[in-house]
Amino acid sequence: MAESNVSGRVVGIDLGTTNSLVAYMEGDAPVVIPGVDGSNLVPSVVALDPISAEGGRPTVTVGNSARKSLIQTPERVIYSVKRLMGRGLEEIQDELKMFPFRLADDVEAGEVPRIQLGELRFTPPEISAYVLRQLKRNAERFFGAPVTQAVITVPAYFNDAQRQATKDAGRMAGLEVLRLVNEPTAAALAYGLDRAKAGTIAVYDLGGGTFDISVLKLRDGIFEVQSTNGDTHLGGDDIDNLLLTIALDEIYAEHGVDLRGHPGAVQALRKAAIEAKIRLSTELSASFDIELPNGDRYQREIPRAVFELLIEPVLARTSGPCKQALADAGVTPEEIDEVVLVGGSTRIPAVRQLVDELFHLSARGKKPHIELNPDEVVALGAAVQADILAGASKSTEEMLLLDVTPLSLGIEALGGTVARIIQRNSTIPASATEHFTTGVDGQTNVAIHVVQGERELASDCRSLARFDLKGIPPMSAGMPRIEVRFLIDADGILQVSAREQRSGLAAEIEVKPTYGLTDEQVESMILDSFDHAEEDFAKRLLIESRLEAESILSKVAGAHKSPAWQQLTGEEQAAIRAAQDHLAQVNAGTDMTAIRNATLALDKATQRLAELMMDAAVSSALRGKTMNAAGEELEDAVTAPHPMAAAEFK
Amino acid sequence: MLKVLDSAVPVACWSCAVAHNDVTLFCPHCSKIQPPPGGDYFSVFGLEQRLDLDLAALEHEFHRLSRKVHPDRFARALENERQWSLADTALLNDAYRTLKDPLHRTEYLLKLQGAEIGEEHAGKDRKGQENLSRVPADLLEEVFELNMQLEEMRMAQKAGEADPDLQSSLEQAKRKFDGLQQEVDQDLRKQWQMWDEGDAVARKKAEKTMVALLDRRRYLSNLVRDVTETLGAE
Repeated sequence: MAESNVSGRVVGIDLGTTNSLVAYMEGDAPVVIPGVDGSNLVPSVVALDPISAEGGRPTVTVGNSARKSLIQTPERVIYSVKRLMGRGLEEIQDELKMFPFRLADDVEAGEVPRIQLGELRFTPPEISAYVLRQLKRNAERFFGAPVTQAVITVPAYFNDAQRQATKDAGRMAGLEVLRLVNEPTAAALAYGLDRAKAGTIAVYDLGGGTFDISVLKLRDGIFEVQSTNGDTHLGGDDIDNLLLTIALDEIYAEHGVDLRGHPGAVQALRKAAIEAKIRLSTELSASFDIELPNGDRYQREIPRAVFELLIEPVLARTSGPCKQALADAGVTPEEIDEVVLVGGSTRIPAVRQLVDELFHLSARGKKPHIELNPDEVVALGAAVQADILAGASKSTEEMLLLDVTPLSLGIEALGGTVARIIQRNSTIPASATEHFTTGVDGQTNVAIHVVQGERELASDCRSLARFDLKGIPPMSAGMPRIEVRFLIDADGILQVSAREQRSGLAAEIEVKPTYGLTDEQVESMILDSFDHAEEDFAKRLLIESRLEAESILSKVAGAHKSPAWQQLTGEEQAAIRAAQDHLAQVNAGTDMTAIRNATLALDKATQRLAELMMDAAVSSALRGKTMNAAGEELEDAVTAPHPMAAAEFK
Repeated sequence: MLKVLDSAVPVACWSCAVAHNDVTLFCPHCSKIQPPPGGDYFSVFGLEQRLDLDLAALEHEFHRLSRKVHPDRFARALENERQWSLADTALLNDAYRTLKDPLHRTEYLLKLQGAEIGEEHAGKDRKGQENLSRVPADLLEEVFELNMQLEEMRMAQKAGEADPDLQSSLEQAKRKFDGLQQEVDQDLRKQWQMWDEGDAVARKKAEKTMVALLDRRRYLSNLVRDVTETLGAE
C-alpha cells in the first residue's frame, strides 16, 4: 500500500501561460518563493542551450535566461506552451498561425503533437515539466530540503485532457500532484484567508492565454463554487498578437520589409508590442521605435483610445461567459457582493471598465479587489490549498474548497446525439451510473464514446475517450446488464469502472484517450529518469567546477597587484601565469576533470604567493594554507549563488 | 412505511471490526471513514424519504459532512481511505445536488417508488414539432402557434430583420408559459404534502399525479427555454 510521504512541504504552483510561480505557507500567510535571480516570476519559457555538450543532450534552460535566447536563437526557444496542453493536432492549427511553434514533421493525426526545439522534439507536457522542475528546484534551494508534493493550478475551464496533461507534466518533473486547483478558485482562497465573511463573490481571471470566470459562495470557511465558465484560448497573448499583426503589416506597407520570415525580428517586435501594451495601462499613449534589418526605423505612436478600440473585440469575448456563469449560479449582477480581479491582463483599464459594467460595481459604490498582486494571487491561493491538504496548520483547518466541473459529461447515443450524464457546474467529486447492454446475440464487447461539452451532437463536443467493455459473457442480445460508473474526481479528471451485473463479473475496460499520453509514455518522459540522472549529475559537477575555477582565477588576478607578487622569483611568476592560462583555457571547455586538475595545479603554484600574502597581512596562524583558503579568509567568501539546489547533492 | 435505517444491512468496520449499519460514512465506534453506504440519497443526510425539505438545514448538513469526508481531508491518508473518501464525497455531492432541487428531488423519489419516468424525456425534446404527440392536450393550439412564430423569428433573425410585433408576441407567450410553470410548481407542492403525510393509498395517488405534473413541467420548461434562446439570439 502506497502511503504518502507525510513529512516534507507541499508547495503551491501556478503553471501559467506567460509566467509560473511557486509559493508556500509561512505560518499563516502564503509567500512566493523567489528564484536565483531574486525574481518571483519564472517566465514559462524553455530554451535549448546553443552549445551541445559533446554529443550529449543539450542543456535546457528555463525562465529569464531562456527568454534572452528568444531573439538570438528563436528556433531553440518555446513559450506559451500551455496553449497546446492536452490538445490534438487538428485543434491547434489556429495557435500555429500566431505562435512560432514548430511541430515535428513526423507528427500524425491522433498523436500528441511534438514540438521541434533545435534538434530535439518535445511534447507539451515535457516542456511544462521543465518549467515545473525549475520551480521545484527553486523551492528546494529555498528550503534546503527536497520537495516532492505539490498543488498545481489550472484554468477552471480546462477540460479532462488538459488537466491530465498538466498532471502528467508534474509527474515528469518528479512531483506528486496532490491536487489540481482551478485558478480563479485559488485566487478566492488567497483573498478569503483574512476575511472570514459570508457572501457571493465573482472571480474574473484574464491571464496570458486563458480566461475564467467563477462565482463562489463563501460561508464559515467553505468556498462553494456555484458556477464557472471561460475560454481556454483567450488572454493577453491575443492582445499582443493584435499589436504585432498591425506592426508587421505596417512595416511591410511602409518599408517593404516582410519580417514574417525572420523569427528573431518577430520576437523583437513582439517584445516591443508587449512593452507598449504594459505602458498603455498607465499612460495615455505608447510608441514603437524599432530598427529594421535594412536600417530603416519603424516608429509608431499608439494612443490609448486607439488601443482600446483595437482590443474591444477580444475583451468582448469575456462578456458571454460572465453572463452565463451568473445565469448558471442563479444570481443577478447585483447579488455579487465582491469581484476579484486576477491575471496580468486585468491591469488594462479597459478590462476594469468592462468588469465594472458587467457587475454594476461603481453604480453600487463598489470596487473590484486588486489588493493582491494579480500575477501572484493564484500561486498564493495554491499555497493555501497545499496547506489545507497537508492538514497540519491551524490557519487553514476550517477552510474547505468545493469546486465544480466546468463542462458537462456525456455519452454518444444512437444517432450521434449526446446523453448527458453529469451536468456542468456539478460539485466534484461527482458520479453517474449508466447501464449498457448488447445489440447482437453472443456479443462480448460494447464500445462507449465519452464526450465533454454542451452541444447536442457528439461530433460538436470534445471527444474525451473511447471505452471498450470487453469480456462480456456471451448471452442473447439485450440480456447482459453492464453497469458503468463514471466518476469525476476532485481534480476534475474522469475515472471509469464497469461490471456485468447478471454474471457479477467485473468487465474489463480498455480506455483509448482521444488526446493524451499513455502511462508508459509518461513514464518514459520522466525528466530525471535513470538514464538522464547520471548525465545531469555530471552537468552539475561541471558547473560547480567552473565556479570554483572562476573563483580562484579572479583571486589570482587580483593578487598580481599585491606587494607579495613582487617578492616572487621570475620563475615562480611565470609558473603561476602558465597555470592561470591553462586553467582559463580548459575552463572554456566541458572537461570537468581537466578543470578540476588545472584548478588544483594553479592552487599549488600559488602556494608560496598565498603564504607571502598571509605573512604580510596577518599572523602566522594562517601559515601553510593555500591561495584558495587564504583568499577566502582574506577577501570576502565566495558569494556567487549556487545554481543548483543543495538538497539534490548526495 | 419501512424506515430506511431499519432496512440497512449490518457490516463490520474495516478498521476496528465492530459491526455497524451500512448507512454511515464513518464507523460509530472508531470514527474511521467507511466505503460508500448502500442507502438512498435521503439516508446520506440521515433523513427519511420525504418531499418537503428544510433546504437551509440540508445545506448545513451538506457542509458539515463535506468537512469530514472530502478528499482534501485525506490527501495523505492510506490509499483505501483516500479511495473511500473520494467515493463517499461523490455520493454526498450527488445526493445534495439531487435533493436540493425540487424537481430532481421529486423525480428521484418517484423513481425510488418504482415510477416510470422516461429517461429519454430528459433534455432531448428540443424541437417542439417532433414531440407534438406528447403536447398536453390543453396547450395543443398554443404550442402550434408558438412554434410557427419561433420559426418565423429565426428566419427573420437569419435575414437580419427586426420584427417588433413578433418579438412582443413571443415575449407575451413566454410570460404565459412562465406562469403555467409556476402553477405546476404550486400543484406539485400540494402533492408533496399529500405524499409526506398520506397513507399508502394516498401516496400512490399522489405519485401518479406527480408523474403527470413532472411531464407537463418538463414540457413547459423546454418551451420557455426555446423561446428564451430565440429571443436572446438577437
